[in-house]
Amino acid sequence: MSILEVNHLSVSFKQYTTGLKQIDHKVISSLNVTLEAGEILAVVGASGSGKSILAHAIVGILPSNASIGGVMTYKGEELTPERQKALRGKEIALVPQSVNFLDPLMKVGRQVRTAVRAGDAIEAQRAVFERLRLGREVERMYPFQLSGGMARRTLLSTAMVSGAKVIIADEPTPGLDPVVMKEALDHFREFANQGCAVLLITHDIESALQIADKIAVFYAGTTVEIARVEDFAGQGEALRHPYSKALWRALPQNGFTPIPGSQPHSSALPPGCLFAPRCGMATPECLQAQPDMRELRDGMVRCIHAT
Amino acid sequence: MVTLLVAICFISFLLVKNSPIDPIQAYIGADMLKVSPEQRAKIAEYWGLDQPVMVQFLHWGSAVVTGDLGISMIYRRPVINVIGERFLNSLALMLSAWVLSGVIGFVTGVIAAMKKGTWIDRLIKWYCFTLASTPTFWMGLLILIVFAVWLGWFPVGMGVPAGVLAENVTLLDRIRHLVLPVLTLSMVGMANVALHTRQKLIDVLGSDYVLFARARGEQGFVLFWRHGLRNVALPAITLQFAAFSELFGGAVLAEQVFSYPGLGQATVEAGLRGDVPLLLGIVMFTTLFVFIGNLLADISYYVLDPRTREGRKA
Repeated sequence: MSILEVNHLSVSFKQYTTGLKQIDHKVISSLNVTLEAGEILAVVGASGSGKSILAHAIVGILPSNASIGGVMTYKGEELTPERQKALRGKEIALVPQSVNFLDPLMKVGRQVRTAVRAGDAIEAQRAVFERLRLGREVERMYPFQLSGGMARRTLLSTAMVSGAKVIIADEPTPGLDPVVMKEALDHFREFANQGCAVLLITHDIESALQIADKIAVFYAGTTVEIARVEDFAGQGEALRHPYSKALWRALPQNGFTPIPGSQPHSSALPPGCLFAPRCGMATPECLQAQPDMRELRDGMVRCIHAT
Repeated sequence: MVTLLVAICFISFLLVKNSPIDPIQAYIGADMLKVSPEQRAKIAEYWGLDQPVMVQFLHWGSAVVTGDLGISMIYRRPVINVIGERFLNSLALMLSAWVLSGVIGFVTGVIAAMKKGTWIDRLIKWYCFTLASTPTFWMGLLILIVFAVWLGWFPVGMGVPAGVLAENVTLLDRIRHLVLPVLTLSMVGMANVALHTRQKLIDVLGSDYVLFARARGEQGFVLFWRHGLRNVALPAITLQFAAFSELFGGAVLAEQVFSYPGLGQATVEAGLRGDVPLLLGIVMFTTLFVFIGNLLADISYYVLDPRTREGRKA
C-alpha cells in the first residue's frame, strides 16, 4: 500500500482584481502522485508548474486564501487539515528551499533541536550534524553565517532529526557544487533505504535521475506522466507523454532540441489537453476534453494517444 | 557630538538674539516704567549687550565650556540647578510613561497581529489610529476633565499638593500627582508602538521561517515565543529608544496642561518670559538627552542583534 497518495489535487487562490471583484485563480488543476515507502519520487517540471504548491499543500501550510480540491491520503486515511496539523513535523517533514526558512535570530543548533520529537534533542541534533559533516561550531552559528551548502544541510537535518516517514524536499540542490549536491542526494537515498518515502521536487532532471525510483512530470498544474527512471533513456522511446519526451530531448546530451511555445499561464489555460497547442501528435479530439490519468506500461500518463 | 552641540547652541543663540525678546525688559519686568533710558544703557553695557553678536556668543560659549550656564532670570538661581531639579521631576514622568507605553503598546500590538482580522484586531487598530492622530494637549485636557473634574480621583495639576509644607509631602502624594500626566503621555505614545509592532509581527508571521516552523508542527503561543518575540522585540526596542525626542515633546505639552513642574514647563516659561540663559541651557540639555536616546537605540541594536554583533567580530 502506498504511504501517501494525492489524487486530482487542485489548488486555487482567491484574488481581488480591479475593484472588489474576486476571482478564483486555479494554479493546480489536477495533480496525481503516489509515494511508496522506501522509494524516491522525483517531481520535475518547469517553474510555474505547481511543484512547490504541491509540497505546501501536502504539509497543509498554504496561505489562507487558498482552497484545495481532490483527495490526499496518508497511510490509507484521508489527510484532513486536522490530521495534517497533527502529522506535520512528526510523520511528514518538509525540507524547504532556502536559508530564508531559518529564523535569522536563532542559533541553528537550537532550531534543529525544536524539530526533535523524541529523546534527547541536543544529542539527536549533534548526531545528525556529525552525519552531515557539520562541525560542532555550526550549531552555535546564526543562519546568516552559514554557507549555501551548510544551510542546505542544516535544513536537511531538521527533517532527519524529526523521525518523519515522509520527507518532502523542495528544490534541495540548486546552488550546490557537484560534490555537495551528490552528498545531499545520497542522504535522500539513505532515507529511502531506511524505509522512508521521499518526494523530491526539482527542476534538475539529471540529478533526479541519479537517485529517484520514479519521476512524475508536471506541466501547467497537472501531472502528465509518472514513469520509472529506466524509461528516461535513449531518445525517450520508453516515455509515454509527448511532453516528457520533449523535455528529455531538450537536455543537452539528448539532442538539445527545444519545442516551440511555452507553458500556458494558469489564468489562460487552453481547453482540452493542456499540452495540445504545442503537441505534434495533437488531433481534434485532444481539444475536446482534458484526458484522465491512465495506467500504461507500468506507469501513468495523461494522453489519449500515448502507447 | 561636540559639533552637533556647538551647532545647536549657535543656532538657538542666533534665534534668541533675533527674537523680539528684550532681555532687559524680561529681567526687570513690570518695573520697566521706573527705569530710565540711561539706566537701561548701563545694564546693557554691564551685560555686554552692546557688543557684536559673535562676541556675545563666544562670551557665553566660553562660560558654558567651564560649566557655567549662567543664572536663570526667572528663578534667580543658576541654570544648572533649575534644570537638575526640573529634570528629576520630568524624569519620573517620562520614565514611567516610556516604560508604560512601551510595554502596553508592545503587548497590544502583538495581540492585534496574532488575532489579525478579528474584531479584537479591528478594535485595537481603531483605537491606535484615533490616538495616534490625537494631539497630546487635547488628550491631557480630556483626561483632566474625566478623572480630575468629573470623577475627582486625582488632583487637577501640579507636582505636589498645594498648601502643604515640602517636608510633609509624601511619596504617595507625588505619585497621585504623577498618574494623570503619565496616563496622557503613555496613552498617546503606545499607539505608535502598537501599530509598529503589529505591522512588524504580521510581516514576521508571513515570513518563510515562520512558515517552516509551522511545517514542523509549531503553532500558537510556542510559535510566537520561539520565532515571533525576538524578531519583533528588536525593532520595537530600537523604536522606543529613538522616541526620546517625541517623549520630550509630549512632556512639554502634558506638563503645561497639568501645570506639572517639570523641564517641559520650564521650557515654556523660559521661552515666554525671555529667560535666555535658561532657554539655552534647556536646549543644550535636551539635545544631549535626545542624542543619548538615539545612541542607546544604536547600541541596543549592536548588543541584541547577532547579525551586527557577530558581523563585527568576523
